[in-house]
Amino acid sequence: MTPTPTPLNYGETTPERQRLGGMVTWGATALLAIVALYQTLFAAGITASGFSSWRPVLYAYGAWGVALGVAQVVAHGEQGKRALFILPAVLFTVAMVIFPTLFGFYIALTDWNLASQDGMKFNGLANFWQMLADPFFWNALGNMVFYVAMVLVEYVIAFGLALLLNAQIRARKFFRVAFLLPLMLSPVAVSWMIGKSMMEVRFGPLANFLKWLGVDSPSFFGDPWIAKLSIQAMDAWTFIPFMMIMLLAGLQALPKDVTEAAQVDGANAWQTFWGVTFPLMIPVSITAIILRIIFKLKIADIIINVTSGGPGGATDSVTSFIFREYRDRSNVGYGTMMAMTYLILIIVFITLLLKLVNRWRRNLT
Amino acid sequence: MNSAAHTAYVPPPMPAAERAKWWLGRTAIYSTLILWTIICLFPIYWTLTTSFKAAPNVMKGDLIPWVDYAIDWRGWRSIGLSPDTIFETSTVRDEFLKRFFNSLIASLGASILAIIVGSLAAYGLTRFKYRWLWMRNNDISFFFLSQLILPPVVLALPFLVLYRELDLRDTLTGLIMLYTLMVLPIVIWIMRDQFEAIPMELEEAALVDGLSTWGAFISIVLPIALPGMVAAFVLSVILCWNEYFFAALLASTNSSTLPVMVASQTGSQGISWWSMAALSTAAILPLIIIGIALERYIIKGMTAGAVK
Repeated sequence: MTPTPTPLNYGETTPERQRLGGMVTWGATALLAIVALYQTLFAAGITASGFSSWRPVLYAYGAWGVALGVAQVVAHGEQGKRALFILPAVLFTVAMVIFPTLFGFYIALTDWNLASQDGMKFNGLANFWQMLADPFFWNALGNMVFYVAMVLVEYVIAFGLALLLNAQIRARKFFRVAFLLPLMLSPVAVSWMIGKSMMEVRFGPLANFLKWLGVDSPSFFGDPWIAKLSIQAMDAWTFIPFMMIMLLAGLQALPKDVTEAAQVDGANAWQTFWGVTFPLMIPVSITAIILRIIFKLKIADIIINVTSGGPGGATDSVTSFIFREYRDRSNVGYGTMMAMTYLILIIVFITLLLKLVNRWRRNLT
Repeated sequence: MNSAAHTAYVPPPMPAAERAKWWLGRTAIYSTLILWTIICLFPIYWTLTTSFKAAPNVMKGDLIPWVDYAIDWRGWRSIGLSPDTIFETSTVRDEFLKRFFNSLIASLGASILAIIVGSLAAYGLTRFKYRWLWMRNNDISFFFLSQLILPPVVLALPFLVLYRELDLRDTLTGLIMLYTLMVLPIVIWIMRDQFEAIPMELEEAALVDGLSTWGAFISIVLPIALPGMVAAFVLSVILCWNEYFFAALLASTNSSTLPVMVASQTGSQGISWWSMAALSTAAILPLIIIGIALERYIIKGMTAGAVK
């Protein structure tokens, strides 16, 4: 993966080596440009010969990356060898994120349905206006607000469980493993295990349990709000361990003497918690909540597999909605416009959240 | 963690009222713990037991094997994994094994790649100063970590088109590259925390002893950071193993993974519960084993960077 340095003396850098390194860089860049141009002209129908796919361009990019690494070492010696550490990650991420995202922004501005023969047609902001008028998109965004708000409920439960696990209990390891297991399971398996089987109306154990409690004909996905809560409960079930483990680590890192001092001063458990433990737990809590929100914004698998967004879009998340827009309607242009808008909304939301949190914490201290 | 300290703690003798309160507290704590244990484990138990049920037992909602109902291998037979069918040829089992190994290759491949690329980047970012245009170390770190907020749906459609052009659609290579991208920020996050905890004097001593930068990294730093790498690796494998969204969009006959197979079974009408339960059990069993065996590493990985 990483190029082995040539048997040159790579300690010192000299003008010759800098020139050599520059030549390698430019040579590789030229090669990449030629391969890309060759294939672009062929794909555009200008020239007759070309590769059967764009794969050679990918190989050329890989070769260019290796050459860039070699050139760094040749030209800059020790400094270049240090650059080798982050070069693979940077080149990989740039190729896999920046390029597809820019390409995505272009797709978003086209009318493109994979099912039709017409191919891609540039149509400007038409998708955007269509999206603004699409009630299902707004509905999905509204549902996301609900799902994200429920993170606070999950946080309270996770904090409670972390406190329990941090108490003086026996078999702590057993409980910790048991509480962690839901996080191991794939959302798809969870949607069958719970959504399709335990919540099955006729003979699922959860339905039976509710019947035993005296609810007639319990239905988990009939009423819009109950359906939302059922989806949310499944998602919470898988992800509560995530926050719980982080909060537990925070609790275990607390200085023992502080809480003990509070107890010696005569504070009861409730007062100790609110006066001492909780304020000290705020940094960990913020990290846990923000990470959880980031994961929550991607919620889709369970919805796709259990309700497909129903009833009437009540459980749809933005991701599951776009997934169906692609899967059922092959509407690539419009789907991508929604995805890109969602990306921008997320970036704005997370940035604002981080800013607010930072300001709030500065005011607090 | 501190169980030794806790067991050594002997409560002083208490008056009756206080002892009653203490017992009340204990009971409350343990009943909540047991209640949540049931909530966590019951779905797994239900899936496991349902895979041994016949239709009437499913309808009646029987819960306890051997007591409520007799063991029936129907579910496992339907995926060719019951004792009487395991040595016979079975197309369903071949299909299952193909998906299983696809999942295995995709998650192991992506995790290994992410660990290599991510550890290198994390090490570089904690040890050296980089400058590229306006970007410094902090900006580069932020660039990597910010990939975490990228929702998969943003990349899904461009990748669908790109992979078609690159002839990577429905290949494991394509999936591995995407999964690597997905777990790379997490690996960098965990490994940065690990490397920061290693004192720099160790490498300085190694450099004095004549090792190169890379030599010091490989022979001195990596062995110390190994537990952290295992933690990052285990978390990556779990995430990739469970990934559904990209696999559902990009993979079909050749490369689709276990979650896609499970999902495609739930979609069809009139699914047989026992075979779904058997399939789900087979899909989650490896992860349950990993979860129990490597719990320490999973927790280590998840708490990296959370507590300073």
